Amino acid sequence: MDGDISGASNGGDTMTVESNILTAKTITYGLIPLILLGVVIYILFREGPLAIFQTDLPPVEELHVLRHSLADDVIYLDIVNSGPDPCTLAQVMVRGAFWQHGVSPKRSLKPLEKARVTIPFPWNLGEPIEINLVSSTGLTFVYEIEVASTSPEPTAAAFGRFALLGIYVGVIPVALGIAWFPFLRRLGRKSLGFLLYFTVGLLAFLVVDAVEEGLKVAEMLPSVYHGKALLILGVVGAYLFLLGLSTRRMNKQEGATSTSAVAWLIALGIGLHNMGEGLAIGSAYVLGEFTLGALLVVGFTIHNATEGIAIVSPLLKEKVNIPFLVGLGALAGVPTILGCWIGAFTYSHLWAILFLGIGAGAIVQVMGAIVGPRSRTENLDPLNLLGLLVGFLVMYGTGLFVGAA
Amino acid sequence: MNSYRSYIFIILGSLVLLGAAYIAHSVSSLEMENNEIPRGLNGLDLTPFRNGTVGDVTSKALDLDRYIDNYMEGTVSILPDGRTLRSFEIHAVNKEIEIAPGIFFPAWTYNGHVPGPTLRATEGERIKITFQNLGDRPHSMHFHGFHEARMDGAMLKQLVPTGGTFIYEFNADPVGVHLYHCHATPLTLHIHNGLYGFWIVDPKEGRTPARELYMMMNGFDPNFDEENEIYGVNTIAFHYQRYPIEVKQNELVRIYLGNMLEFDMINSFHIHATFFDYYPTGTQKKPRDYTDTVILGQGERGIVEVKFPYPGDFMFHGHKTEFAERGWMGTFRVLPTEEIQ
Repeated sequence: MDGDISGASNGGDTMTVESNILTAKTITYGLIPLILLGVVIYILFREGPLAIFQTDLPPVEELHVLRHSLADDVIYLDIVNSGPDPCTLAQVMVRGAFWQHGVSPKRSLKPLEKARVTIPFPWNLGEPIEINLVSSTGLTFVYEIEVASTSPEPTAAAFGRFALLGIYVGVIPVALGIAWFPFLRRLGRKSLGFLLYFTVGLLAFLVVDAVEEGLKVAEMLPSVYHGKALLILGVVGAYLFLLGLSTRRMNKQEGATSTSAVAWLIALGIGLHNMGEGLAIGSAYVLGEFTLGALLVVGFTIHNATEGIAIVSPLLKEKVNIPFLVGLGALAGVPTILGCWIGAFTYSHLWAILFLGIGAGAIVQVMGAIVGPRSRTENLDPLNLLGLLVGFLVMYGTGLFVGAA
Repeated sequence: MNSYRSYIFIILGSLVLLGAAYIAHSVSSLEMENNEIPRGLNGLDLTPFRNGTVGDVTSKALDLDRYIDNYMEGTVSILPDGRTLRSFEIHAVNKEIEIAPGIFFPAWTYNGHVPGPTLRATEGERIKITFQNLGDRPHSMHFHGFHEARMDGAMLKQLVPTGGTFIYEFNADPVGVHLYHCHATPLTLHIHNGLYGFWIVDPKEGRTPARELYMMMNGFDPNFDEENEIYGVNTIAFHYQRYPIEVKQNELVRIYLGNMLEFDMINSFHIHATFFDYYPTGTQKKPRDYTDTVILGQGERGIVEVKFPYPGDFMFHGHKTEFAERGWMGTFRVLPTEEIQ
């Protein structure tokens, strides 16, 4: 065997290693362990020690409500079997009473299969509704609609309303922040340094915020979806992807990431972050948390004005034109609208976690891009460190407007 | 610079496209389903709001056809002293039963039924019950009524082990509607799981001829939260709503009523559009109440004697509405026998 393997590589001496990889023999050697693994798993299932898990215990059942929506006198629930075994939805209880309902496409769900439950129920505006999904073994899975209210129908008018919210929360504040550009430009070198670190402070807060929110949403997701792992994937994936991009550029240009590139990255990171904010607003509406929704709108609007400063602060020594600034503002602000739409019409915890994670990862990379190329003295300059702290505190302060969110 | 910027635009562009596609997809599916008239199993029209379960029981585990008036009278022989000996054979067995359409419960049963068979004898008869335990826990039969201490089926040493047999012997006494149930511990578990039934002792002179029914008010806690999710009479939620009990106008209907509900303090019984005579425990000849609602604690039972003056469909249910909406709800269908005045 050993001889064969070395023979294969010897035979490829004249060729490059890459082209050698796909010879029939190599493929065979690559497949043998896989085939053996398959055999082992087969034996394990048929005869092996797995039998100790195969008892007469009842199946592990788990039904999870992904989303609810309410129309006049009807409750819709989108449910998923989030357990490891098949599960049948036998009956539905609304506010403690069995209630007639329909299920499409079917009641017996394999793991991760989804269904829609339609319950004609005379619900009253503003009341909480507790719903129990009863499985065929009589287990109950409770879901609470905290405040009943008509869900937004995906009409043009509703799209328009939520777009307007997104513009107020995301686009306008970011644009206002960017409008500080001429003022910031007139500041001296020292103030510029302060401002850059102020930006890093802002961004640091956003990372903490996004990760915290992501973890919160991950808790609401059934464990089978591994929400936390998904969040980490978003953070690390976005970070590595953007790092790879900027490293390639550095290799080409043999220099630090260009300031405009940093500005684009900041705008992208903030854009993804704002999309998360849009999700929060839209879904607060769907979930009937109106007070929270209103708080979110006011809070995020104030909060987001500071993000404009973060975007332009690396550009203060550059020549820039208006379309460029508009582009940055759009990249940072417009995703809020998208977030509002998704949140209001098709909110899903999975997407929310992914967006929050990607936003956080992108921002971490941007922070690295700002701080990384600077000298140790500059990084430890008291004024700059003060900027960092002030940036964080400003975000903290404006974040208080967001209240319980 | 350009390549870098284009990367970002590609990322952003694809995000926007993905988001838009996702929204478009879910919006279209939402609209499609909103237009459907919601229909349940068996083409049930759900447009009027309806409390209740969807569908019907499909399991054949319980013999539902004669489940409300099927009395076990045992085999009769004459003892040397001239008295009547009535012998019954009862076994405890585990059995999965359907307690509401589509909801299955691993019950502990007497003779495969919950409640167990309704045993019936006449006062003064000698009773012999051969009890066999085919379950996987020690069980017993504890009868309400007069009997010797060793026939009580309650003390630890009186429990019948798995595979074991015990013969209970006593006199049918006193007259009335009584209960039998398992007395093994944990008592709540053994009773909740289904080990209970009626034990009726008829007076020697008999009772006024009537249409006789028995209704054991019971409930189930299939999710183990020590609260009942399912209520009913004779086990199956809403069964007599799906299959109304047919009686005749002005016919005397006698209901042997009992309550073996676990976890809840009380249960109650209410009939619409008529009043009934109520005889607690069925031991006295005079009714205690003339009413349309009675309240029973666990282990309480009595006889309801009722006539329906008007034909039509009339509800009967627990007047604890929470129980009613969880299955303790049925219908009497009164068939007309006279011209309506």
